Amino acid sequence: MTASPAPELGSLAGIAASVRAGERSARAVLAVSLDRVRELEGDLHCFNEVTVEAAEADADAVDRMVRAGLDPGPLAGVPVALKDNLCTVGIPTTCSSKILAGWLPPYDATVVSRLRDAGAVAIGKTNLDEFAMGSSTENSAFGPTRNPWDLGRVPGGSSGGSAAAVAAGMVPLAFGSDTGGSIRQPAALCGIVGVKPTYGVVSRYGLIAFASSLDQIGPFATTVADAALGLEVIAGHDPMDSTSLDRPAPSLLATLDEGVSGLRVGIVADFLSAGSECGDAVVAAAEALAAAGAKVDQVRIPELLLGLPAYYVIAPAEASSNLSRYDGVRYGLRVDGPDAETMNARTRGEGFGAEVKRRIMMGTYALSAGYYDAYYGQAQKARTLVIRAFEAAYRDFDVLLTPTTPSVAFPFGSKVDDPIEMYMCDLCSIPSSLAGHPAASVPFALSPEGLPIGVQVLAPALGEAVMMRVAASLEAAAPREARGPVTP
Amino acid sequence: MTGYETVVGLEVHCELATATKLFCGCRNAFGDEPNTNVCPVCLGLPGSLPVVNRRAVELALRIGAALNCKAQRSIFHRKNYFYPDMPKDYQISQYDEPINVDGWLELPDGSRVGVERAHMEEDTGKTTHVGGGGRIHEAGYSLVDYNRAGVPLVEIVSRPDIRSAAQARAYVDELRSILVATGASDGRMEEGSLRVDANVSVRPAGATEYGTRCEVKNLNSLRSLERAIDYEVARQIELLEAGERVSQETRHWDEGDSSTHSMRSKEEANDYRYFPEPDLTPLVPDVALLTAAAEGVGAMPAERRHRLSNLLAAGSELATRRDGSTDQVVTVVDLGLDELVHGAVAAGADPRLALARAANEAAANPDAAKLLDPMAFAALLKMESSGQLSATQSKEVLAELMSKGGDPGQIARRLGYEQMDNASLGSMVDEVIAANPQEWRRYREGDDKVAQFLLGQVMKSSKGRANGKLVAEAFAFRRDA
Repeated sequence: MTASPAPELGSLAGIAASVRAGERSARAVLAVSLDRVRELEGDLHCFNEVTVEAAEADADAVDRMVRAGLDPGPLAGVPVALKDNLCTVGIPTTCSSKILAGWLPPYDATVVSRLRDAGAVAIGKTNLDEFAMGSSTENSAFGPTRNPWDLGRVPGGSSGGSAAAVAAGMVPLAFGSDTGGSIRQPAALCGIVGVKPTYGVVSRYGLIAFASSLDQIGPFATTVADAALGLEVIAGHDPMDSTSLDRPAPSLLATLDEGVSGLRVGIVADFLSAGSECGDAVVAAAEALAAAGAKVDQVRIPELLLGLPAYYVIAPAEASSNLSRYDGVRYGLRVDGPDAETMNARTRGEGFGAEVKRRIMMGTYALSAGYYDAYYGQAQKARTLVIRAFEAAYRDFDVLLTPTTPSVAFPFGSKVDDPIEMYMCDLCSIPSSLAGHPAASVPFALSPEGLPIGVQVLAPALGEAVMMRVAASLEAAAPREARGPVTP
Repeated sequence: MTGYETVVGLEVHCELATATKLFCGCRNAFGDEPNTNVCPVCLGLPGSLPVVNRRAVELALRIGAALNCKAQRSIFHRKNYFYPDMPKDYQISQYDEPINVDGWLELPDGSRVGVERAHMEEDTGKTTHVGGGGRIHEAGYSLVDYNRAGVPLVEIVSRPDIRSAAQARAYVDELRSILVATGASDGRMEEGSLRVDANVSVRPAGATEYGTRCEVKNLNSLRSLERAIDYEVARQIELLEAGERVSQETRHWDEGDSSTHSMRSKEEANDYRYFPEPDLTPLVPDVALLTAAAEGVGAMPAERRHRLSNLLAAGSELATRRDGSTDQVVTVVDLGLDELVHGAVAAGADPRLALARAANEAAANPDAAKLLDPMAFAALLKMESSGQLSATQSKEVLAELMSKGGDPGQIARRLGYEQMDNASLGSMVDEVIAANPQEWRRYREGDDKVAQFLLGQVMKSSKGRANGKLVAEAFAFRRDA
């Protein structure tokens, strides 16, 4: 089956401008969004929960502000979707896990508060691989999300619900978290823009942790400009997160149209496997940038290939600790037992899915006495090598280009029985995560079977502005039909 | 038992007296309604993150400085284990890069105990197991109070330099004084602000290798600490004497049956899977932090003992004294009355008398004594030294001075402690001589014992107002005349 272009919701700036001017009500914008959700949610399963009443109340609040002559903010009336690992007061936040089903956080994530303060209207919580562990949303305890480009294929993961919701035109903006590629990979597979910011640019307070040293929240949108605005709104120092950088939010929109003339662009040759359609797209993207005035060259950074194995030690190690708290004592699922230890074991045994258990066990092993140096210690050294290799490369280049993913969206079930094959999806996205650098995926081409292909732009720490300029140039050069929104 | 040497190292957990918890803004208070001082962070709710309380870092550095430690760049680790009173099922603690290392503490007897480290960590919640004798495995159910979860702790780890139960007690006592003196802790063992675990081993006298140690927990008072170490030492010696081996394990002190019981062996010990806490950044003791930590901190007890001791006899070491002033110095410093003594001496009071009155009479009511005006205290002591007041009278005036305040001269007059004029003292002495002719004869023949009797008679008829020194002089004058 093939997808067809969907009606455009308009740019975020356009929506916000019309709502601020009182030309359209936030309530009317919301209605369009909710209609689209009603139309497609049955096919796609993007959401764990659509919060119609809360969204209507938020939209009404925006409209009241406009009527009172107050400015609701730069995202006035913009419907947004939130990955279901972002805490929302009084709204179930589950991480798509049985162990947290029905849990009602008593507080909002910093990102959620900032979106509300900017006038955005959250319409619901999107599906994900359980605790953000996966690359297909097939690990959700509540069933997978489908790719609007082809309902027989995965949307990618772990932020598959947010990516599919934007790709299907349900919302013009959604948020996910990226630990090793969980924003960029689904963005690529769904033909939209996804951005992972520099570690520390966006507060993690209220993001349910997977791997704390890697997790970072970022936006999904159909255009680079919309993603840039979404990021500007959520970025900036937060005293509640010790790893939050003490600097103002980056200004991205102001320089977005400055072009790439004179920029040095490196194609990471190590990720261009011969004859792959994703590699071909990168070569084409580089040619487009060269045509726009960039200096393009190939660069070999073999250390980046150390990223994947290092990541699959570090991330599970942190996860094994982060997920200890789901013990049945204070919240979430409890499966009773004759004593505390048994209750604990039964709760975790029944509450967690197979992939989460696999990673908890891998991480526990990697941190165990006698194995720590050989696994966790060694992985940290590899992480350092990746960082140093990037440093060297960025002496010669302003940005680097790679495929976002090794392949286009794959059919359901095709990788679930082979964890290593599934982990390989993150090959190109993991190095920036380990380094804490920003990276963006931009839809650039269609495969022969009509599936979107993303190109990844990498930049050094805090290089978001240059990265987004390059992304905008790629977007300008890409065929319109390579990006969403689409109707399945 | 002879032939063996006791080796003890102590781990002391000290709750810091901060207004708020280590990683969140919740109140740090003892005794509040359970689970009222909690928030998403100290409950470990999903998505919450820790932020270090700067004041706690300052107090930790202050403790380190008081223990002569080196402050260094430090990081936090996660110590992973499952327990219902651990909200996150890991404890944020410092591991191989602690904030304070390599210090020492001097005990009143002059001995030094090395301090390996004094690191920061968060406290756990408090579990009450209901039914089954209060142990988790047999309990019908358990109640958890998270008010204590996240309270800042500093764990002070001594080197195995302690050689007896009594020295262990002295170490904790001294440490407690230091913690209170720094303002870092209230030092209350009974409220759990100070918790002690003892690593105990024995070895044949003269051996250089350490024996196998046991960690003894549940030491809720200085008395339990001392008794538990004595018990554990005896138990281990008995094992060795019987040709058995001491096995490395954690043991629980039971106050009820006055013995230690095995809790878990080395093999059963948790693998804590320590790794650097990714939610926190390193702590660097920069100038601003060190300055804030040092602000308002006075001298530590050991130094104060030296200073006080030096008042009595310049240069003489406290530990070598044999005149009983050692205990007085320790008491006065312990109660924080040393400034009073220094003040009084500066105002002209006799150092020995000032120390004695502070250590004995003033110590009976230390809170009031701390409020004493050193000038008034000095004035009183001078009245006593000059014979204007008897020792008994001086103590009475001091008691009133502490309870009501005022001027010692006026108090003495109001109590009728006017200096007895020489004429009335003389006639009182003459009356006593007339009434006790035999005793007077024996006194004149040089019987010293009877001198006390005659003095007592004068004191009696003067109702304690007579100055003993002057009375003695009056008798001597009449004898020699």
